[in-house]
Amino acid sequence: MTQQNSSPSMKTAKEVEEFARRQDTKNRLLLASPAILIITLFAAGPLLIVVLYSFLTAGDYGNVKWIFSTDGWFSVFMQRDIFDDTLQIADAHVSIFWRSIKLSLLTTVLTAAFGIPTAYFIATRPLSQRNLWLFLITVPFWTNLLVRTIAVMELIRGEGVINNVLRWAHIIDDPIQMMFTDFAIAFGMTYVYLPLMVLPVYASIEKLDFRLVEAAYDLYANRWKCFWRVILPIVKPGMIAGSILVFVPSLGAYITPRVLGGGKNLMFGNLIELQFGQGRNWPLGAALSISLMVLVMVALLYYVKVSGGDDNNEHR
Amino acid sequence: MKTKLLSAACGLALVAGSTAAQAEGTLNIFNWGNYTNPDLITKFEAETGIKVTITDYDSNDTALAKIKAGGHGFDIVVPTHGYVPIYIGEGLLMETRPDQMENFKNVSSTWVDVEWDQGRRYTVPWQWGSTGVVVNTKYYKGDINTSAIFMDPPDELKGKINVVPEMGDVMGLAIMYHGGEPCTDDKTLLKKVRDSLVAAKEHWLGMDYGNLEKFAKEDLWAGVNWNGSTFRMRLQNENIAYGYPKEGYILWMDSVAVLADAKNVDEAKAFQNFVMDPENAALISAFARYSNGIDGSDAFMPEDMQTAPEVVVPAEHASNGKFVLACPPDVQALYTRIWTDLQK
Repeated sequence: MTQQNSSPSMKTAKEVEEFARRQDTKNRLLLASPAILIITLFAAGPLLIVVLYSFLTAGDYGNVKWIFSTDGWFSVFMQRDIFDDTLQIADAHVSIFWRSIKLSLLTTVLTAAFGIPTAYFIATRPLSQRNLWLFLITVPFWTNLLVRTIAVMELIRGEGVINNVLRWAHIIDDPIQMMFTDFAIAFGMTYVYLPLMVLPVYASIEKLDFRLVEAAYDLYANRWKCFWRVILPIVKPGMIAGSILVFVPSLGAYITPRVLGGGKNLMFGNLIELQFGQGRNWPLGAALSISLMVLVMVALLYYVKVSGGDDNNEHR
Repeated sequence: MKTKLLSAACGLALVAGSTAAQAEGTLNIFNWGNYTNPDLITKFEAETGIKVTITDYDSNDTALAKIKAGGHGFDIVVPTHGYVPIYIGEGLLMETRPDQMENFKNVSSTWVDVEWDQGRRYTVPWQWGSTGVVVNTKYYKGDINTSAIFMDPPDELKGKINVVPEMGDVMGLAIMYHGGEPCTDDKTLLKKVRDSLVAAKEHWLGMDYGNLEKFAKEDLWAGVNWNGSTFRMRLQNENIAYGYPKEGYILWMDSVAVLADAKNVDEAKAFQNFVMDPENAALISAFARYSNGIDGSDAFMPEDMQTAPEVVVPAEHASNGKFVLACPPDVQALYTRIWTDLQK
């Protein structure tokens, strides 16, 4: 009886298992559907609106008219000269774009220069102390970005802390003009985005097994070689992740350039704001926003390619 | 206009309501930042029992865009004169007929039949002032009543100039400096305007709002600014003076209007009537330091307001001021291009 029964019952068990598996997949999909719906609706939705607006006609006093037009996109790249009507490349946009990229790269380099030693320092503390240091790194995030930016302004302004200390020490007589310069923007963004570099780099240095360093020395590697061949390959993913986390928001930064840069030279974020505000050209603003996103996306794809390539190298 | 703080992130400024438990209603005011006297609101709340919430904006365009988008929940907005016809044209304002309100008799006759709201059927004067130049006279002793201060700066001031990034005002001043009319589409003139602005910018330090502090502490020595804001600077630093460019300067008036989709209409009308009372109008001016257009309010104003050269326009400069309505869209597009060229 038992013998006879066992076979069909086992078959049933298999079927039941298969059924359960399918049911499980279905359930998971069902359970995930609110999340998927929200992501589609709230991530793709607004994006689609931006894309849509970039193909409409600018309204007279802001907003858009529902008439198809490629003027917005056209004026991202090209423009008719205001005075002699010749077609030319939109050099104002190009130079603003270039300034944003330049300053973002500078910010990335500076955060790396300060962030990597900081991360190394934290990762080499005893385990019990590390959390405290990490905690301290995150403290600035508790404060609003604008407040932090204004704090930087207090430091670098003409009558600010740095100038006053330097004058008190008789190193300079007249205050150094730091506010309202590209230096101010880079300095402010470096300060603001530094934790975004420290944290991922820390995460990869923490994983570094220092016995490998010892092994490298045992095998007659000098310090440089040890750093280049052992430490760097392990820390690199963290550095790249940190660079992206810093570079991307720098590119679209709005508050820091406006407060510290004095608004004399626009960054990309401020150019977009101008179109939605006083410029009353929403389609152009939308098209510029999409251009910025495409640029970021290209940078990210490049990252994926580069870091992917590295993995292959390691396996070889 | 005026002394707005960087708004983008400043967000909401809530004026704590008096804890009057017998509050009759609420009122949501949408106004320029750093522009509403808290004492005025306290007084209004005490007299009416209405609880007031104030939200800041930093430019006419921001305010207009938010209100056009709908769902804002505001009852009152305070647009600059040039924007009033746009608001009315878009059907965003309620015709509350302030001209039939009890306190309308106090409105100075100059401000009743105004170009942007004939006979005051929609709006009530809040404050008016001018956009001119500011100079720290410790560093420059020459004539300050000229736009040359920022268009063709004297050597002493180079590198210490700030121009408020108010496109309409700056373009207007620059066009008048070259002898044109604001909102002109004369391209030969505009080319001159653009080239001279671009050349002048080399000597500017910044294009920013909210510079009261920086002028008071002499980080900045000159620039384009509003009269009341300059007055507040002078109170902190006596070397600061306001110039009325002889080539022409910009006049403006901000007015209190009720939005077409306001929820608290009675409260909003009560507020319109309230600010036309001389004593209350004086409170408005005492804070932001601009004139208000209500007769008899002088008597309630701080003494320093009644003689201030920033507030009482000297007779010889009075005729050089111009009210500029919003430019037509195609002209505006032209100006935006010049403005972008300037800031590239």
